[in-house]
Amino acid sequence: MKDIYQLQRGMRNMRQAALQRGVVAVLDIGSSKVACFILQFDGPGVLYRETDGVGPMAGQSNFRVIGAATTRSRGVRYGEIETMAETERAIRTAVQAAQKLAGVRVDHAIACLSGARPASYGLAGDIPLKNGKVGQGEIAHVLASCEVPDFGRGRQVLHAQPVNFTVDGRSGLMDPREHAGQSLGVDMHVLTVDADALDNLIHVIRRCDMELAGVASASYMSALSSLVEDEQELGAACIDLGGGATGVSIFVRKHMIFADAVPMGGDLVTQDIAKGLRIPMGVAERIKTLNGGTEATGRDDRDLIELGGATGDWETDRRTVSRADLIGIMRPRVEEILEEVAAILDAAGFDHMPSQQVVLTGGGSQIPGLDGLAARMLGRNVRIGRPLRIHGLPHQLTGPNFASAVGLALFAAHPQDEWWDFEMPAEAYPARSIRRAYRWFRNNW
Amino acid sequence: MQGVSHRPEAGFSPQPTPPRKGWNRPQSHAAKPKRDPAPSRLAYRLNRMWLTPGFRKLTRVGLPAFVLAFTTLLWLSDEDRRASLAGGLTGMVEKVQNREQFMVNEMTISGASTPVDKALRMMLPVDLPASSFDIDLDQLRQDILLLDAVKDVDLRVKPGGVLAATVVEREPVLLWRHARGIEQLDEQGKRVASVTSRAVRPELPLIAGEGADRVAEEAIRIFAASGPLLPRVRGLQRLGERRWDVVLDGGQRVQLPAQNPVAALERLIALDEAEDLLARDVSVVDLRDGQRPTARLGMTAQNSIRAARGQPLLGPDGKELPAADKKS
Repeated sequence: MKDIYQLQRGMRNMRQAALQRGVVAVLDIGSSKVACFILQFDGPGVLYRETDGVGPMAGQSNFRVIGAATTRSRGVRYGEIETMAETERAIRTAVQAAQKLAGVRVDHAIACLSGARPASYGLAGDIPLKNGKVGQGEIAHVLASCEVPDFGRGRQVLHAQPVNFTVDGRSGLMDPREHAGQSLGVDMHVLTVDADALDNLIHVIRRCDMELAGVASASYMSALSSLVEDEQELGAACIDLGGGATGVSIFVRKHMIFADAVPMGGDLVTQDIAKGLRIPMGVAERIKTLNGGTEATGRDDRDLIELGGATGDWETDRRTVSRADLIGIMRPRVEEILEEVAAILDAAGFDHMPSQQVVLTGGGSQIPGLDGLAARMLGRNVRIGRPLRIHGLPHQLTGPNFASAVGLALFAAHPQDEWWDFEMPAEAYPARSIRRAYRWFRNNW
Repeated sequence: MQGVSHRPEAGFSPQPTPPRKGWNRPQSHAAKPKRDPAPSRLAYRLNRMWLTPGFRKLTRVGLPAFVLAFTTLLWLSDEDRRASLAGGLTGMVEKVQNREQFMVNEMTISGASTPVDKALRMMLPVDLPASSFDIDLDQLRQDILLLDAVKDVDLRVKPGGVLAATVVEREPVLLWRHARGIEQLDEQGKRVASVTSRAVRPELPLIAGEGADRVAEEAIRIFAASGPLLPRVRGLQRLGERRWDVVLDGGQRVQLPAQNPVAALERLIALDEAEDLLARDVSVVDLRDGQRPTARLGMTAQNSIRAARGQPLLGPDGKELPAADKKS
């Protein structure tokens, strides 16, 4: 469990360097769009007044967006990079536009991965406390003592967050430091993704002359921005209906305990429409966006939609279709996606959660009537979530399709403690470096 | 040939239909790919480079400054261009300086005698009319003050192009005869002008001897104190750059002390009034010892005394005349 964290440690150092410089880019490389926000960190903002009882405002007060741009995505499929050069072009477009707005150059980017077959693991570790007290070293020890399952070949750890500490049976501790006890236990949530997809992401960002200063799961990021604090505390699932992949993440007690993704999304719906109505994908996307829905009513039979077209055949170009037909095409696919989501939630044991709030976000959540459909399929407590407002973000970029980008901005400002943020226990260091340090002391003192 | 029916049905020709000359069917042109702007890698890199503050400053300040300096130096590296530039600048400066408003057309001199006036006009470094920028008034004043006859001068350029010089001349009060000629001195002993002979300025008192000009003030005081003696005074002679002799007509000489000569002279005048000393045949009155004025008798008086005593007479050289002479 040491080597696989080297990459993460490197990225953490990079992120600290970026925060030192005060400017960092946030890149959401999705299947349907690429969004780039440029954040400027300038300490606590003017709004943050401790004396007035205004809290840190969920970490939003110390940064602001000074440049934001979005562009059509190219070369990304199912949330993974498929064509490197095309993706690079899309990132360049977004980054250059955002830089132009911001007027500064960014060298560090924080990105998120929506696909790449995420897999969640819950790990547990337990150590006896020798001196009867929990210190920084003991936390590192207990984290290192977690027994790591075989992730499989070609997997890379994306998140490894301690979600719960136990001291002598006192469970649910957020911060066990200075606690007295005989044994310390930890529950850790580890999210692994395909290493190749992660390497591709690092490579494409390096090809854009930037350094990856952090990477996070897109479903986690959407949940960070869309779930309100109570939902994160009491337990909620965030479903990010994206273009190429649908992310699911479950939060309880302000920690992500599960994340997964379905490689199905809005693009599939568009594809169904294009196939069913025999129209180009662009037209299908437009019809879906303007007239789509999931609940047909009697009025929709009379609501005729001009399909249009440029085939040159008058009969083909003059077709109309009723909105009910369109809904008839869309609904089964949306249901299928939600079924997959429901299966994931079942597998994750969402039924046993104290609060079963479901929050739908992402671009797909804007389908009219989706909340009703989702309530029927997933449970009663369903709401459509929009991302938090962050300072300086233009209004047209505040929709639910920018949930993961906004979440990345929040994550950049307030990263969650990860395994690699704790000190590595001394015996876990490679013996060679200890020897080298010893030699250095002997030579220099 | 099985497909061809040899039994033509009504309304159908057995001939194959000629190719129909139809209109052009609207072809569906391959849909042009939507404009999909993405910066090229070079454009992206240049854009990022441009956003780098250091590079930006270098380009916006450093590069123009360098180009400007480089072209200027390149242009100036040619001798002819430098000369023409310098000439142009000088011409421009002169054009301004030679404007009518800056011209000095005439020179007025007040308070100067004719020779000084002439000398001043000669000393003007430029020919009038000239620009006032070409006349350095301070330098001109220094030069004018080098003239002995000028005590002070006030130079100014007045409106209307007039260079006005107000001259205060030195007043000669003494004539000083020395080895190289006769000069007029003012009351401080400064030279005013030379004269060719004593007769040119007979009204001025005469002093003589080396270093007499440095104590001209004392000489003036002695002349002022000489009072009743004045008609008889022919002049003062400085001896050894130390003390004065008053030379009276008839070859009489009054030797004044180095210290306080005026008081000694006043005492002599009192003595003269009381004793009528100087009317007698006294060739030298020695006042150098303040306690005891000494008089040397003239030759006639000595010979009178000697004749009365029966002693041989003295000749003009102070030696006794031979007896042969006495006989004759």
